[in-house]
Amino acid sequence: MYGNLSLVEPLNGVEQENPEKLAEFEERISRGEKIEPTDWMPREYRRQVLRLVEQHAHSEIIGALPEGTWITRAPGFKRKLALMAKVQDEVGHAQLLYSAAETLGKPREFMINDLLSGKAKYSNVFNYPALTWADTAIIAWLVDAGAIINQTLNSKGSYGPYTRALERICKEEAFHLKYGYDNVVTLASGTKRQRQMLQEALNRWWKPIMHFFGPPDAVSVHSEKLMRWKVKMASNDEMRQMFLDAYVPRIWELGLNIPDPNLRKDPETGKWEYSDPDWDEFWRVINGNGPCNRERLAVRRMADELGAWVRRALLKPERQYVAPLF
Amino acid sequence: MSSGASHHTSQHPKQVALQSLDPRVNRLGIPSELSDFAPKPLQDEWEPYEVFWRERPGEQPVHVGTVRAPDPEMALVFAKENYCRRGQTYSLWVVRTADIHTFHPAEIDIFETAPGKMYREPDAYKVVQKILRLKRGRQHDQEAKSTS
Repeated sequence: MYGNLSLVEPLNGVEQENPEKLAEFEERISRGEKIEPTDWMPREYRRQVLRLVEQHAHSEIIGALPEGTWITRAPGFKRKLALMAKVQDEVGHAQLLYSAAETLGKPREFMINDLLSGKAKYSNVFNYPALTWADTAIIAWLVDAGAIINQTLNSKGSYGPYTRALERICKEEAFHLKYGYDNVVTLASGTKRQRQMLQEALNRWWKPIMHFFGPPDAVSVHSEKLMRWKVKMASNDEMRQMFLDAYVPRIWELGLNIPDPNLRKDPETGKWEYSDPDWDEFWRVINGNGPCNRERLAVRRMADELGAWVRRALLKPERQYVAPLF
Repeated sequence: MSSGASHHTSQHPKQVALQSLDPRVNRLGIPSELSDFAPKPLQDEWEPYEVFWRERPGEQPVHVGTVRAPDPEMALVFAKENYCRRGQTYSLWVVRTADIHTFHPAEIDIFETAPGKMYREPDAYKVVQKILRLKRGRQHDQEAKSTS
């Protein structure tokens, strides 16, 4: 999945950098070169990339929970196997991303501490419940579709370890998308009750999916420098438009209704128009007051506590922590 | 219920268990109120290993990333689960990051080719001009012979 890049803090401290080194750094990025962990980078670049990759890692590990809800009750053995494989992939993505984030100087333990203490953010979409099997189908199809748009763009970004992790992740996400689409199409072509279940799931998830790409560009002030540094590869609104362009026709094709009476493509501008997806709710949920925030954190903490004795039993205390090379 | 089975809830006797849509979560009897959080120490996730992967015979192994593991055997298991989930793999190596020796990043300039050593490059040799001169010289000799 992905982290809300839109939540990064305002840029600061760039004016204190050595101007020659900063110019050389920006020149390298504009030439399309990758920045590697041991290269000179502005402190602000390091901080922003770390926050982005760390949030992405947290989103993967928490993102496994809503869908994992349905592993015990998946309809049929093949779907159960596929769902388990998808959830395993998500947890694996978190591992790859924690490795990439660690190269920026923050040990993984400290990142996990920030997640478990509730300090760190993760993608808001995972604070909503998967009420039915159809919800898992919508998540696997449309939330993963959103993630693929974001990750494919970011895999062309400037930080080497992150782009390499994303290339690997995108290959696996392609299965998630197809698996989700298959489940949605199965329900859409099923009984009246199955179609209704799917429509209700889409109604529940539309708003969180519109939130998924982050607040409108008008309120994200510091995008310009992040785009120049290739930390951010497209604006939130641009990604939302890409998503609508690719998926609204496919949703309509299945005879589903999108719960937004104002959704239409302006034939002159070629841009989608839509209702305001209630950004107050977005901020309320991201600040800890969504339907599942507390459960997600409690479950993740419990998993960590239950595994603690294994980690301690295998620990070699004489070994020193060394930062990974990448 | 035996004291063993209620081990966790006994730590939070007054708390209500978290109600979830996930039956696995309900079975764990997780308290609905978050308890105090004890941060994990450095090395709780063990030490870093570097992972090298070879896709097929005839190719070179490439460095693909890192894992955290307590020993080489577990590092290999984690590396397989992280880096070989799809596609083909011919071989996989792991080595403790602490055992890797490299130059300091500040010494990167030692890899630059010195301008004074251009004689090691094919571009330093311009033979076409010389051949043309050689041919012109031969033609001149012949012309001189025929006129004499």
